[in-house]
Formats: sequence, structure tokens, C-alpha cells
Amino acid sequence: MSRSSTGPTRSPVASLVVIALVVAGSAAAFAYTAGWLSPERLTPTRLVSALAPAGGPALGHRRNHAKGICFTGEFQSNGNGVTLSRAQVFTAGTWPVLGRFNLATANPNAADATVRVRGMGLQIATPDGDVWRSAMIDAPVFAVSTPQAFFDLLQSAPKGAEAMKAFIGRHPEFMAFAGWAGTAPWTSSYAEDSFNGLNSFLFTDAAGTPRAVRWSLRPAATPVPIAPDELAKRGPNYLEQEIASRVAAAPQRWTMVLTVAEPGDVTADPSKAWPAGRRTVEVGTLVVNKVIGEPDGPCRDINFDPTVLPRGMSVSDDPFPAARSSAYARSYDLRTSEAKDYPRTAAAGSAKP
Amino acid sequence: MSRTMTHTRFSGAQRLLHWTMAAGIVAMLFIGVGMLSTVAPSYVPLVATHKTLGVALFALVLVRLVLRLVLGAPPLPASLPPLMRLGAVLSHWGLYGLMIALPLLGWAMLSTADYPVVLFGNFRLPPILPQSDSLHTLLWAAHRWLAFAFFALILLHVAAALFHALIRRDGVFEAMAPLPLHGTERKE
Ligand code: HEM
Ligand code: HEM
Ligand code: HEM
Repeated sequence: MSRSSTGPTRSPVASLVVIALVVAGSAAAFAYTAGWLSPERLTPTRLVSALAPAGGPALGHRRNHAKGICFTGEFQSNGNGVTLSRAQVFTAGTWPVLGRFNLATANPNAADATVRVRGMGLQIATPDGDVWRSAMIDAPVFAVSTPQAFFDLLQSAPKGAEAMKAFIGRHPEFMAFAGWAGTAPWTSSYAEDSFNGLNSFLFTDAAGTPRAVRWSLRPAATPVPIAPDELAKRGPNYLEQEIASRVAAAPQRWTMVLTVAEPGDVTADPSKAWPAGRRTVEVGTLVVNKVIGEPDGPCRDINFDPTVLPRGMSVSDDPFPAARSSAYARSYDLRTSEAKDYPRTAAAGSAKP
Repeated sequence: MSRTMTHTRFSGAQRLLHWTMAAGIVAMLFIGVGMLSTVAPSYVPLVATHKTLGVALFALVLVRLVLRLVLGAPPLPASLPPLMRLGAVLSHWGLYGLMIALPLLGWAMLSTADYPVVLFGNFRLPPILPQSDSLHTLLWAAHRWLAFAFFALILLHVAAALFHALIRRDGVFEAMAPLPLHGTERKE
């Protein structure tokens, strides 16, 4: 009955070696895949750590665009977008919106006039169950061409002028953004800012035709330029106070504009604007009608991950949405695990003045 | 667990499920750690694959459990020392437990973060828990550490299977082998 006679005659020691090799080899392959053997690999964890200021991150807060305030409202779609995407959000109708005005800083207590870039997180939900999330900034182009270059920027910026010069040598595309940052007028209200998605996404219409698209929100309010020192005089949190009272007085509006790439336009690089004269489609109006503080607000525990898209929209060859999704998830995991460091009621907390 | 079978091998359906799921679960573990190690464009399809395959494996393990309860398993060889027998039984139920727990934890973790759970083909799953920071933190840690424990248990399981196949040669490996190997009867 014993089948040892039918099997190959290998010594038990050799068999044990085989078993040990299989186990050790599998464990090594797992560790390699996880990146534990390659500390130079750019992981979401490293990218997010690089955002932290010298004193460490603000616990419980977003690792970037940390200062912000929630809003709710609606998106009034005019139906024009259906020529580009079959997403329900573009059919004529009014859909609920949740969003967040924010400043591009890792410091939730930064003074408004010290932060050049402003942003908006936006979520539009439709009855078919689809959700569209987006995080946009007021700059017309992004600072760099690739996520790797963004990591390089985060590492170079704190090291001073020499390091930045070297960085610009490696990433000359930065100059377009620097030009905007140096010359574009500041405003004293989120309601007067444009917000640009910058990344390219593929929109698919009902016939299945894909097209590369970028989107922007253009303010209905006329921008009134203000010098940064003038803004500074109004107080460190003027923007949040202003938008809260402005919206309390009257809903604020932005027009959503889609821009369609033409064949040959670079869709993989958000630091390059598309040539003027591209087809644009006004698809509807964002109406913000309520502003709510972040500690208890509905935007607090939302990740405005740019890869959360409705049917009819998907990522393109632009490498940023994937990198952002991985980094935002990491930031979300961290900040939700630190929730006790950011008390829910503003009164109880020290995190927000 | 009582082993009700009188025959010496798992049924064809059970063997098919064991090996397809084994391949799927190994893929899940590698995709899981691999996707979190990169910011490259592959991150998006890797995450979509992880969710889709994970949910598919969850459906398969339910079928597999029903088969296990109905068809049973071939008896372990009488020659197996009691401690090894206990180890076999406990590790097998541990593997079943983890096959059920991990997909549920993944789904629940996404629910508590208020992420829409979207699979390939734009198939959407409803949330199974409300948004919650503390639950998300707990479920995230449970998904991660139980996945690592799962991998360790699988390594142990593979080592044991090879131990049966190469050293004890007692028919245990043959009971689950995808194709009949020579001498498929258990050593009693
Ligand atoms: C690889 C490049 C980038 C990295 C690593 C990065 C990183 C981050 C992180 C970690 C957060 C916090 C997420 C959270 O905790 O919810 C964030 C928020 C944000 N980012 Fe980025 N980001 C990148 C590119 C961009 C680009 C290209 C834009 C604009 C088009 C942008 C606009 C925003 C905005 C508006 C927010 C705030 C969203 C909110 O209100 O929750 N980011 N970013
Ligand atoms: C057999 C089932 C599964 C296995 C073996 C598995 C395994 C893993 C592993 C090893 C990781 C990486 C953990 C780390 O390195 O921190 C991971 C992460 C993850 N898994 Fe799964 N998983 C399973 C099912 C699922 C399912 C069904 C879902 C969702 C529907 C899911 C969602 C996720 C998510 C979102 C992450 C990333 C978490 C983060 O943001 O850090 N998993 N999984
Ligand atoms: C990778 C994931 C794997 C999982 C989750 C898994 C799971 C299981 C489970 C739950 C059982 C118990 C069956 C029952 O009693 O109902 C089992 C049995 C078995 N597995 Fe696996 N397995 C995996 C991989 C492997 C591999 C790679 C091998 C071979 C090298 C293997 C060899 C066996 C053998 C020989 C049995 C039969 C044990 C007996 O007769 O009771 N398994 N497996």
C-alpha cells in the first residue's frame, strides 16, 4: 500500500530544501512586489510624505490643500454636454453638489495671503448612482509635466534658490506656471476665481466615440484684483469669512466649460495649455448656496479623488489622475486615522482658529 | 470537521475551485501590495482589478463552502499524527475564514470612506456601512494585516502540501491534485 516505492527517490533533506526554496522565493517575490526591497521606488507614501512641512504634517488634515471650507449646492446641466459624454450629469437637469474651497498648502492655519494657489473640490451625484469627483485649481496650467517631477519639486522647493534653479533646469516646463504665479492678479474672493481641472480625461458619447477633454469653472462674479499685502490686511482667514457671508447673501455661480482636444494635442501633460481656438462647450452652471465650516462639514471626510468618474468619462494617458488617486487615498487613510487630532466642533478644537 | 467522503479525492468541482481560487488569491495578494507601491498609471487598472477579482472570489468561496458542506472531504490518512491533523483542520478553516473575511473587509473599508465601489464594466456595489473615520481606520488595518496573515498561512499551507507530496507521500497532495497522479489512493 505504501506509495513511497512509486515516487521518485529523493532524500528528505533535498525535499526540505525544495520546500524551503519555494517558501523563501514566494516571500521574496511578495516583498519585491510590495516595494519593500526598493526604497527608491516612488510610492504613494513617499509622495505624500514629501508634502509635509519641516515641522511634520498637520494631523487629521489633508496632506495638501489642507485649509478649506465646505459648500453644498447644485449643478444645473443645460444638456449640451451629451454631445461629448453619455454621463447622466450632462443630460439637462439639476444635480446635488458637495464641494470644498481650499488653499494649496499643507498648513491648515496658513494665512490666506501667503498661499498663491487656490483650489476647489467638487462632487456631483446623479440619480443613476454615478458620482463625479474633481479637484481643480485656479492656475491655468499645472507646475510640472509628470508626477515624478512634482516629487522633485516638493523636494527642491524647501532647499532654497539654488535647488530651485537646478530644478527648473531639469523641468523647464515649470516656467509657464511660474509666469502665472508671478503676474496673475490675486482676488479677494473664491467667488471671483476660475477653477481648472487641468488633467485630460476621455469622454465617451452615446455612440462610443472617445474624445480628450479638460474642464474649467468660470466665475459669474467679476474678478476684482487685489494686491497680496492688501489681502493680508484683511486678516488670515478673510477668504473663508468672505465666501460664507457672500453665499449667505446670494448664491454664487460658475459656468462649467469643457474644452475638446484636437488630434495632435498633448493630453498627457497638464503643464501645457492646448492651443487657443479649441472647441469649447458650456455644459451648465455650478450654484453654491450654502457654506459650512470644515470641522463638521460634509466635505471633511470626502476624498475628491479625480479618478472617481461617472460612466462616459475615464482616465486618459495623462499620468496625473492615477498618481493623485494613489496619493489622495494615502492622505485620506492618514487623516481619518488621526481624526481625534482634528476635533469635530470648531469650539472644542485648537486646529482651526 | 467530519470527513464524510469515502473516496480518496476531492470532487472535480472542488479541485477546480481550489486551484482557480488559489491562482486568484495569490494574484489578489500581489496586486494588493503592488498597487500600493506605485503612483504609475497602472495604479488605476490594478485597483479596479483588485476590487473586481476580490468580489468574484467572494462569490466563488460561497459556492465552495456549500460544496464542502454537502460533499465533505476525503479522510486524512490514519497515519497522520494528531497534532498535524489538528493543524490541517485548523489551517483549512482559517483559510476559508480569510477567503470570506478579506473581500468583505475590502468592500466595507471602501464604504466607510464614502468611495463608490465600482468594478470593471462599471458594475456598482452599494455601500455596506456608512462613512466613519474610526471604522475606516479599523477596517483598513484589518484588511492589511489579515491579508499579510493570509499570505503567511498560504505559505505554511503550501509547505505542508509539499511536505505531504515529497516527504510523507501519503496521498494528501493527490487528494487535491488538479489531475490524477499515479497512486491516488490514500495511505491508511
Ligand atoms: C502628483 C501630483 C499631485 C499630488 C501628489 C497631490 C497631492 C494632494 C493631496 C495629498 C491632497 C489631499 C487629498 C485628501 O486628503 O483628500 C490634495 C488635494 C488637492 N489637490 Fe492635489 N496633488 C497633485 C496634483 C494636483 C493637481 C494637478 C491639481 C489640480 C488640477 C490638484 C488639486 C488639488 C485640490 C483642489 C485639492 C483639494 C481637494 C479637496 O478639497 O479635498 N492636485 N492633493
Ligand atoms: C481575497 C480577497 C482579497 C485579498 C487577498 C486582498 C489583499 C489585499 C492586500 C495584500 C492589500 C495591500 C495591503 C497593504 O499593503 O497595505 C490590499 C489593499 C486593498 N484592498 Fe484588498 N484584498 C482582497 C479583497 C478586496 C476587495 C473585495 C476589495 C474591495 C472591493 C479590496 C479593496 C482594497 C483596497 C481599496 C486596498 C487599498 C487600501 C489602501 O488604500 O491602503 N480588497 N488588499
Ligand atoms: C493560494 C491559496 C490557497 C488557498 C486559499 C487554499 C485553500 C485550501 C483549503 C481551504 C483547503 C481545505 C479543503 C477542505 O478541506 O475543504 C485546501 C486543501 C488543499 N490544498 Fe490548498 N489552498 C491554496 C493553495 C494551495 C497550493 C499552492 C497547494 C499546493 C502546493 C495546495 C494544496 C492543497 C492540498 C494538497 C489540499 C488537500 C488537503 C486535504 O486533503 O485535506 N493549496 N486548500
